[in-house]
This record gives sequence, C-alpha cells and structure tokens, in this order.
Amino acid sequence: MRLFVRALRPAVRRSLAVSAPRIASGRTAALPAVQIAARPLSTTAPRRDPSLADVAPTPITHFSETEVAMAEAVQKFANDVILPKVRDMDEAEEMDPTIVEQLFEQGIMGVEIPEEYGGAGMNFTAAIVGIEELARVDPSVSVMVDVHNTLVNTAVIRWGSETLKKKYLPKLATNTVGSFCLSEPVSGSDAFALATKATPTENGYKINGSKMWITNSMEAEFFIVFANLKPEQGYKGISAFIVDKGMKGFSIAKKEKKLGIKASSTCVLNFDDVEVPKENLLGQEGQGYKYAIQILNEGRIGIGAQMTGLALGAWENAVKYVWNDRKQFGKLVGEFQGMQHQIAQSYTEIAAARALVYNAARKKEAGEDFVMDAAMAKLYASQVAGRVSGLAVEWMGGMGFVREGLAEKFFRDSKIGAIYEGTSNIQLNTIAKMLQKEYTA
Amino acid sequence: MSALRILVPVKRVIDYAVKPRVNKAQTGVETAGVKHSMNPFDELSVEESVRIREKKRAPGGVEDICVISAGPTKAQDILRTAMAMGADRGIHVEVKEGEDLEPLSVAKLLKAAVEQQKSNLVFLGKQSIDDDANQTGQMLAGLLGWPQATQASEVTFGEGDMVTVTKEVDGGVETVKAKLPMIITTDLRLNEPRYASLPNIMKAKKKPLEKKTLADFGITGEKRLKTLKVTEPPPRKGGGKVEDVDGLISKLKELGAL
Repeated sequence: MRLFVRALRPAVRRSLAVSAPRIASGRTAALPAVQIAARPLSTTAPRRDPSLADVAPTPITHFSETEVAMAEAVQKFANDVILPKVRDMDEAEEMDPTIVEQLFEQGIMGVEIPEEYGGAGMNFTAAIVGIEELARVDPSVSVMVDVHNTLVNTAVIRWGSETLKKKYLPKLATNTVGSFCLSEPVSGSDAFALATKATPTENGYKINGSKMWITNSMEAEFFIVFANLKPEQGYKGISAFIVDKGMKGFSIAKKEKKLGIKASSTCVLNFDDVEVPKENLLGQEGQGYKYAIQILNEGRIGIGAQMTGLALGAWENAVKYVWNDRKQFGKLVGEFQGMQHQIAQSYTEIAAARALVYNAARKKEAGEDFVMDAAMAKLYASQVAGRVSGLAVEWMGGMGFVREGLAEKFFRDSKIGAIYEGTSNIQLNTIAKMLQKEYTA
Repeated sequence: MSALRILVPVKRVIDYAVKPRVNKAQTGVETAGVKHSMNPFDELSVEESVRIREKKRAPGGVEDICVISAGPTKAQDILRTAMAMGADRGIHVEVKEGEDLEPLSVAKLLKAAVEQQKSNLVFLGKQSIDDDANQTGQMLAGLLGWPQATQASEVTFGEGDMVTVTKEVDGGVETVKAKLPMIITTDLRLNEPRYASLPNIMKAKKKPLEKKTLADFGITGEKRLKTLKVTEPPPRKGGGKVEDVDGLISKLKELGAL
C-alpha cells in the first residue's frame, strides 16, 4: 500500500502544481518562477486522483524503485568494469572497445528506448542517474553514454518516422554508438550559423560541409547531422539527417587531442557529396533548429549530471585519502579544521548542484518548462565540479598532482563542463533572458 | 529425467565492500544507512541456476527457478535483482529488521517452502557473509532427508536424475554424485555472476513476487542462541613486504619461525 501511495504521489502533485502567479512588477516578487515539481515515476500520463490530494511532496533526493535499481546497477558496473581501465584509457586517449560493448550488453546505451525496440524503457531521470554514476568513476565514459542516450536516442524516439525507429532504435540499443553533429568551425555558440548544406536530389538529399568538436565520432556508426536545406531562409532551413558511417563521402578528418575527457573521442568530420536517402530525413524539413534547441535543453541536464557525478567522484576520492591515509603533525590531515571546513563546504555545494540537476530532470519529466532550470543546473554543476575537483587535488597534495591516482584527471575533465552543450556564458544569457522576460512590466 | 524445479534462497546482507562496524551497545553490527546487497554466494546460486537453463545442461530442462528471501521489506530489492538475473519468480517472507532468523529456523522455513513449491533442487550459498554460519544447507538436507553436495565448484547433470558435483578441497578436488532431489551449496569458483542488465531490471518488475509471513510456513522463528557480545577484532599490527620467496624464507628464519 505504501508503495502504491508513493507511486501515485507524483501524479497528485502534478495536479497540485498550479502555476505560480506571474507577478508583473518586480517589487513583490518573492518566488515567482518556482513551481512545485511533479515527479512522475514513468513516462506514462500521470493519473489524477483528488482523494490523494493531501499526500505530502517528497524530497528531491528520493528516487523511484527504477532509479534506485539504475544507480545500483551502474555503480557496480562502473566500479568493477570501468574503474580498472580509467587511467589507461586516459593515457591512451582512447575508449576501450570492450567497455562500449559491455555498456550495450548492460542496456546502458538504451535507457529510454522503449522495450519494443530492445531498450530498457526507463524514464529520463533514470538516465540522468546513470550518467551521474558513470561520471563518479569516469567522466569520459559518462559523456559517451550521455550523448548517445539524451541527444541521439531521444531525437530518434521523438522525431524519427516509424521506419527509422524500426531500423535504428534496436541497433542504438544494442550495438551502434550514435553521435550528434551540430557544431562547425564557423558555428559553436552561434549554432545556427552552420554552413553545412543539404541539397535535394531525386532520391533524397546530398550533404556537403564539415562538422567540428563531434563527441563519440570515433566510436559512432550513426550520425545525426544538421545541415541547411534552404540557406536563403536562414536558420529556418536547418534540417536533421541520419548519416551512416558507411555512406560514401563521409570521413573523419582529424581526432582532437584534449586537456580532459581524453578517452571520449572528439573529431572533425567531412561530408563530401554524401547521398542520404529520403527516408533518412529526421522529422520534417526546416524543423532542425527546433529539434536542436529542444534536445540541447534536455542535454544540459545530462551534462549537469556528468558534472555532479564528477564532483562527487573527486570529492570522495580525496576525502578517503585525507580521512584514512595521510597523516601529518601526528594526525590525519582531514582532521585539521581548515581542511574540514573546505570539505564540508564542497559537499554542500555538490548537494546544491545535485538538487538543481534533479529538479530540472523532474520538471522536464513533468512536462513543465525547464529551460532555465536546465541552464542553471548545467552552469552551477560545472562550476562546482571545477572548484571541488581543484580543491581535491590540493587536499591530496603531491598524491593529487601525480598521474597515478584519479584526482588530477577529475580536475582536467571538469573544464569541459563550462564549454560543451552551451558555454557558461551562454547558460547565463539564457537565464538572464528568461528572468528579464519575467520581470519586464 | 524430471524437470528441475529449483529453489534458490537469497539473503540481504551488508555489502561485501563495506567495512562493518560494531554498534555502541556491542550487540551487533551497525546496519542503519549501510549499503546492503545480495549475499555473494547466493549470487552464485542464482547465476548457476540460470546458466543450467540457458545452456540446457539438465536433460529434463528447468521448469522453474524460484528465489526466496526472509528479511525486512528491503529484502524485496534483492529478490528483484535475482529476477533481473533470470529467476522466474520470488517469495518474500517478511521478518522484521533486527529479528534475524537462526540457521535452523531458516532451514525449517525452507523445508516448508520446498514442500509447497515442489522443488527438487535447492541451490544455497554455502554461507552468508554476515554471520558466516555455513549451516543452513546442511540442516535443510538433514530435515528433508535429501543428499547434499556442499561447496560446489562445478555441477553437471547426467541420466537418471544423477547430479555430479565437484568441490575444491585441500590439495585437490573431491567429486560426489547424488540423485535428485538434492541440496547443493555454492562456492566462489563455481561461476562469475552476471550484472543485471537494465532491460532485465525492468522485466523483473513484472515477474510475480509473493509476500508471505513466517506463519504461512508454520514457523515461529524463536531464538535458541543468545548473542552475549560483539566486538571488533584486535587491530592488525603492520606487517612488512618481502620481494620474493627467498626474501620470505630468510625473514621467517630471522624471526625464528623456520
């Protein structure tokens, strides 16, 4: 019965989630934009039962049964299978193919893909939980899984035709890594300035151009490529296409050498008269910019989770050392108050960042507007990750600085959080824009 | 050859990676807020049962794999894990937190369960890592009057319901053979348990989980043993590392042990 009530609770809360009053003048605006987050445990439509209207909201840190199972399964897998290879993969700047294989075997690459297509059919927050758990051990593996699940799979699930879904989802769930190709040499933060062109042909489209900073591109065999079909219409000509690795004219030009997340591949891709059949258009012509915005808004929550996972991993790695191993002046270095306060401050910041991330995830699942929440979550989580992983190196002293342990790796890996899927400045722009709208009379 | 109806008892214990701490009152170890998971030996039992089915090792086939656990409501989590690994269904016997059953009570409970479920093979972990009793399987065999093969490192099935079990003993392996129905307890080298995949975790949620009480099995669970005191082992004194075998021998000689 308890479980039954708990399961219904989110539904109830959704019905309670009356939109907060919009306050025109800023003078009395106490908490205008804060809405009660509904927390559905599944993607099915929430049931509304007024008789349970008085059920109390649960803390944001509460997970559903599925999410708990997700956390446990991924944690175990990450510690047993990934952890022993983290250092070597970073040094080699390469993802171990057996890890990719095993991620597929465990179903971690098809978290939200419905069961009928061979996925796990779990909810968005479950994917977020998995991404966070992976990043606690290796942020490189985490971002591969994140891009594959939250960008690629989601785009196919949401906008793919039945033919595309039947053809590609079972592969994406079991053996084909996906990649999301938006950025170009000329278009980063200004994503819609992209110059890759698509021209209609008899049987479909022809793509010409190049993409840059493409995550997963070494491992991937499936690419969602954004190209402009009607450049004269500006960004409204942008459309999304599915390109298979084997298609003629597609090539990987260069693999980047990076500061962090070295095991995650980042490449330049060239498209030289790549012929794409008609059915490989994802969704509708000219809707690509909308898809990209929507998917990246959600994707930010994933990056937020990667960053909170990273922060937690760096923090745990360091406190285990200072509270168990390292002694100076006759006591454990973690017992000095100066250290304890930093450790406590850092953990508090991690907890705050996680609250933002999970709240954004819950709001997304509840069908509420989450754009500002996702931006805040990604911004703050990447800042916390940078700060905490930096401090963690200092707490560990020499042991934090050497490439023997993982402290320095977490620190290097954290920097990307402020850059990809919208730089920190872009997140701030988004937040400010939405706030200004709210407070403009 | 009869089809196998396998019963796999599983126990929720403090995770093997967690360092247990004795509580202040010295009556037991701290369990609140401590990570729990399935007893590792029980994972071997579940894995072996599923493999017997998948690899069609039993001539009569595997008709049913039922997991059973006695413990607090949280024990349902490990039943779900077992079902995600491949067990068909689960039985949860509600026992309040802190009112742990003794091996004899568990054996009596399992005897009743075996009779209710018409099991002809019970796969138990050789022991649970919390109390390390290593008694339940043997007691169950005694109560049922069935043959037992303990600490299995290999299990093979032959004609006429014969089962051959290999176990590692000091200085070699010992092979025993018995006829179904029987009890097997599992040891570490039997197999490497799989991870429950996410799709299987979701499927496990739809598998049947029966909720029962001790009374349903005619068991009271009264205690026959009294725990006087639980204390931490004395802290280990730091040892020294030696380079090789010769180093070890000279060290032992130096200490007068050789």
